[in-house]
Amino acid sequence: MKILRYFGVAFESIRANKLRASLTMLGIIIGVAAVMTTMGVGSGAAASITAQIESQGTNLLTINSGGSRGNGPTSNSSGSGATTTLTRADAEVLADKKLHPELALVSPEYSSSTTFVNGDKDSTQQVVGTTPEYALIHNLTVTNGRFFTQEEVDNSSSVIVLGATLASDLFEMTDPVGQMVRVANQPLQVIGVLKASGGSGFGSNDSRAFAPITVAQGRLFSAPRYRGTYTISSISIKGADKNQLDKAQQLIEQTLRLRHGLGADDANDFTIFNQASLLESLNTITTTLTLVLGALGGISLLVGGIGIMNIMLVSVTERTKEIGLRKALGAHDSDILLQFVIEALVLCTLGGLIGIGISYGITFIVKLFTSSFSLIITTTALLLAIGVSSSCGLIFGLYPAMRATRLDPIEALRFE
Amino acid sequence: MSIEQKIQTGRPPVIEIKDMTKVYVMGKTEVRALRGVSLTIHEGEYVAIIGASGSGKSTMMNMIGLLDQPSTGSYHIRGAEVSSLSKDRMADMRNKEIGFVFQRFNLLARTNARRQVELPLFYAGVASGKAAKMAVAALTRVGLGDRTDHKPDELSGGQQQRVAIARALVNTPSILLADEPTGALDSKTGAEVLTLFDELHQQGITLIVVTHDMGVARRAQRIITLRDGLVISDEPNEKQQVTAPDAHYLEPQANEQRLNSQPNTTSEAESLLTPSIRESEPVHENS
Ligand SMILES: Nc1ncnc2c1ncn2[C@@H]1O[C@H](COP(=O)(O)OP(=O)(O)O)[C@@H](O)[C@H]1O
Ligand SMILES: [Mg+2]
Repeated sequence: MKILRYFGVAFESIRANKLRASLTMLGIIIGVAAVMTTMGVGSGAAASITAQIESQGTNLLTINSGGSRGNGPTSNSSGSGATTTLTRADAEVLADKKLHPELALVSPEYSSSTTFVNGDKDSTQQVVGTTPEYALIHNLTVTNGRFFTQEEVDNSSSVIVLGATLASDLFEMTDPVGQMVRVANQPLQVIGVLKASGGSGFGSNDSRAFAPITVAQGRLFSAPRYRGTYTISSISIKGADKNQLDKAQQLIEQTLRLRHGLGADDANDFTIFNQASLLESLNTITTTLTLVLGALGGISLLVGGIGIMNIMLVSVTERTKEIGLRKALGAHDSDILLQFVIEALVLCTLGGLIGIGISYGITFIVKLFTSSFSLIITTTALLLAIGVSSSCGLIFGLYPAMRATRLDPIEALRFE
Repeated sequence: MSIEQKIQTGRPPVIEIKDMTKVYVMGKTEVRALRGVSLTIHEGEYVAIIGASGSGKSTMMNMIGLLDQPSTGSYHIRGAEVSSLSKDRMADMRNKEIGFVFQRFNLLARTNARRQVELPLFYAGVASGKAAKMAVAALTRVGLGDRTDHKPDELSGGQQQRVAIARALVNTPSILLADEPTGALDSKTGAEVLTLFDELHQQGITLIVVTHDMGVARRAQRIITLRDGLVISDEPNEKQQVTAPDAHYLEPQANEQRLNSQPNTTSEAESLLTPSIRESEPVHENS
């Protein structure tokens, strides 16, 4: 194999010029590692944000009562603004498959904060009064016991499902299921405990409780009525088709405006949050983030490239003389080019591999320290990093060769 | 009776140069390094080319060695017109037909002696195992059999020049060209190199040595003198001095004596050259 002989020459040349070779490689290593890790941070952040949103259920629409006054999508606070006009009747109409076949699951929600008491332990938390569909829409998992049924909603049964943190606050190590807890001074039986979601802060299910909506509206909180039916704080909806969420939103808007008797000039007295459009705008943000980080990595790549260029320019005299000598000893131009291409290729490959290794190493280390966030190395980042740094190496490696092969051997030998 | 007929009756010409000129263009100024040189060198001849610094010796040598191309004139090597040869064919000639010894050695940095000598073999397509053996043999022949792993900075000037000679000889060329081979050497190692040349000449190689040192030129059969890019004399060396093949590396003292034993001839040669000396480069005083 003739080509193998050139690998020999290339390796020999690298061995004879370790400093030059390692500096060249360093440029490639820095470039590749920087691009891959910075882009990895971007993709990782994007993925963890998306995952957090999708963990609350995909394909979601949330209707809050009141016009758009900047309620966050996860806000369940009731009574923001004037009279609440959103009622259970609205939810029932939306749940009607004949009227709204585009909606798969509809669940009304009436939430309020109150005090939970078990013996000498108490805690003030939010009770979400809702229907069994809520658990399906929001992907709630019950680890201990069960969620309440439609029958229990219809019968206003005195049952409650606790979030993981709330359960351990009230019952500590004992099994809460089957025990009684006083909620807003009403005794309710705990029938289930939710799986800990790990999320924390406002809107986390871990410190909330879930009761049949009939119980929450009636015995617990005596919810206000509107036109004879109980008002609710919000409606959670899962669309039948992920791609038809915008259409579903329009249909819901039509129905609710009609039901609430709003004229053409009246503003909506409810607000619809579309998770798809939320994800979309988040995607735009995270894409920008990835691009910004990628640009930072690109700067390192440029710095690495300039490093390679400097090494090559410094060594161009020596290399040109070397080429002159090799030609004087009988090398064809093709021999010279092949040697230099392979040399550059070997350096780029080695440097690229080390750079990739380093970025995977960083990914691994990040994984050791945190579970909520990980670096994600995308194929794009990989190809970009390898492509750019390899072309730097090739261009700057070939530059002296291309130039020197055009010279007569003696000109190359005399090159200063 | 011409010199060729006198010395080389019956032998074919290896190098035939007719009206060769070389003009270096540097911006607006033109340097006419060769102004119409004609000469013929036959198989097996030992020729010295002398002349002052700047007289065009290296320029001519580079043409002969196919390292450079003449501006005008013709050059036939073994009957082939050089201007009609392809780049690759010329590379092959440099590789197999011609061995070139440079004044400044031109060794690859940080590369050991064996690998230096293997280079021409690599380009000749010799398998690496065989090449290593041939390289060691060539180094042994120039007295460096125990220095094959040494890099240039671990070798003396004389040893480096011998590595370069081993490299020039490893492909058994029929023509050996040496441009001031002793110019950067002390007299002892210079003498060693000249002894080696005598041996090679006896083995039938065509040998052309450029020098400005009469002591070196005196070893050749024929002396060509250049001045200002023209041949001003081309004569057989009547006083050719050859060391006996067995009189290997002379004692430094004996060497010194021998070189100093012809002061008259040396000064004659120098006086012949003085008018044309342009101090473009320092004259390497060797003896
Ligand atoms: N590459 C070059 N560019 C321009 N001028 C050159 C070049 N090489 C040699 N010369 C000039 O050509 C003349 C002959 O040079 P050279 O052949 O090196 O002389 P010698 O070897 O006899 O000392 C000198 O005047 C020198 O300055
Ligand atoms: Mg010279």
